[in-house]
Amino acid sequence: MVIRGKAWKFGDFISTDLIAAGRYAHLRDNLPEFVKHVLEDADKDFAAAALKGDQTYIVVGGRNFGQGSSREHAARLIKLAGVPVVLAKSFARIFYRNCFNIGMPALTVDTDQIAHGDEVEIDLKHGVVRNRTRQKELATGRIPPVMLTILEEGGVVDYIKKHGDLIFDEARTR
Amino acid sequence: MGMTLAEKILAQKLGHEVRAGDVVICPVDLALVQDGTGTLTFDVIRQLMGKDTLKHPDRAMIVLDHLGPPGRPEYAAMHKRLRDFVKATGCLLAEVGEGISHVLISERYVKPGDVIVGADSHTNTAAGMAAFATGMGSTDTAVAMALGKQWFRVPETMRFELRGRLPVGVSSKDIILHIIGTIGEDGAVYKAMEYDGETIRHLSMDARFTITSMAQECGAKLGLFPSDEETRRWMQRHGREKDWRPLAADPGAAYERLIEIECAALEPLVAVPHTPGNVKQAAEVEKEGIRVDQVFLGTCTNGRLEDLRAAAQILKGRRVAQGTRLLVYPGSRWVYHEALKEGVIQALEAAGAVIGHAACGPCPGMQFGLLSDGEVCMATQNRNFKGRMGNPNSFLYLASPWTAAATAVEGRITDPRRFLA
Repeated sequence: MVIRGKAWKFGDFISTDLIAAGRYAHLRDNLPEFVKHVLEDADKDFAAAALKGDQTYIVVGGRNFGQGSSREHAARLIKLAGVPVVLAKSFARIFYRNCFNIGMPALTVDTDQIAHGDEVEIDLKHGVVRNRTRQKELATGRIPPVMLTILEEGGVVDYIKKHGDLIFDEARTR
Repeated sequence: MGMTLAEKILAQKLGHEVRAGDVVICPVDLALVQDGTGTLTFDVIRQLMGKDTLKHPDRAMIVLDHLGPPGRPEYAAMHKRLRDFVKATGCLLAEVGEGISHVLISERYVKPGDVIVGADSHTNTAAGMAAFATGMGSTDTAVAMALGKQWFRVPETMRFELRGRLPVGVSSKDIILHIIGTIGEDGAVYKAMEYDGETIRHLSMDARFTITSMAQECGAKLGLFPSDEETRRWMQRHGREKDWRPLAADPGAAYERLIEIECAALEPLVAVPHTPGNVKQAAEVEKEGIRVDQVFLGTCTNGRLEDLRAAAQILKGRRVAQGTRLLVYPGSRWVYHEALKEGVIQALEAAGAVIGHAACGPCPGMQFGLLSDGEVCMATQNRNFKGRMGNPNSFLYLASPWTAAATAVEGRITDPRRFLA
């Protein structure tokens, strides 16, 4: 699967408070409304641009993207805004699992090599991010095999519905 | 070869040896949600199972600690859905005013060696009792509740050896702020932290929970204390001594990293805006003369009995400064009652504090004690991200109950030591 989009850059240490602010907690059961505020406190222009729908944006973060609260709404809102994949130098662990669980890949890559507005192409199968604007090919970090399994099934809900349980192939557990 | 505490808990639960890096599917002793994450969790259970159902209703818990009593009709609707789910499934419920999930479960349910997950990032607080307790998203928690188990990657462990006695005015909050300031907010991502050394023998459970609640603030999966005599005494106090057992890492366990902390050399610390890792000495911050609009005492990090006592130690017989408001939210109803019996609540109230109910209070920034543009708050909570207390244009500082109380008296960020000499 190859995903293409335009990079929207965010800095290091983007917290889930910046992605899905606590002051919008009343919208947690109303994600179509909440998504209008996604990442608002990190970049107030992002949500409106992403929701316009004429351009696919790739969220590109720095260190420890998604740190802080466990609120899964953060990952869900980014996906709901039409973002197919999140790239960062590193991810906070709860956010990372949340992304794969809902079928949205989160890939580690040297995001210093990607500037705001660059055209990027993500080749999941080969573990490569191609920066088409700068003609650079960037290797992504390894996706843990269990998480790749979950991603391939479209998320953990679909995985469990298909297999009837949480069972992993032994070979894919390291 | 010996096992780390994290490895040992999972190995005992599974009945076979595990090593860091293994992926295991493990039974879960308790799975919890709070009112901000519960409805999404139960949406996912319905998607998974086609109905509202739980594998073990007596091992699933809803705690109404973030949004109650509802300050908005949307919150009331969320609470109604959660109560309906209790009726449909028979799971455990802690109503509004019972307290913060992490404080409550440690008082009532957690046993050394338990595996606990929760749709709240501070679920790792319970690791202070040698439980494998970690926060997850709503979907992961839904899986744990629906199937009674969850998958975990066995974490590598960083061992923290704490040496020396804490000086006057320095608390366990300063230990964890020092650690986060040193290793950084991503200094322990995916890792287990394990605490040992002579200092921990002198740390009460209340003090240990302060440290374990902030494991998430440096990215860790959890931060563990062994179960020892202090754990036993604390469980005895809550009428659960029979559930106690000693539990510690094996000698010769393999650690990824060993970090030694000289506690005797620590000073009162403050995390300044906008990250918990942005740590400075309180004495240095005091020199900046930062005026404080609000002081908040409470949370899963510092809302326990000893925390309220520490604040009262400074505030008793004094007044909160003009122009500063002090908000106190006890961590649980038990904490509230004990603090009342001891006269701690009365002392805080007499000093000018607003006493709230047992709940998260202003920490999650959803309805209580929100800040206006440009306002400054000194809080005993665990994180100070931009916007955390409901307003991205406000400024949040983190410190111990002593430092918060001294700050309330002075109306400016203050090193508490001169109040304690």
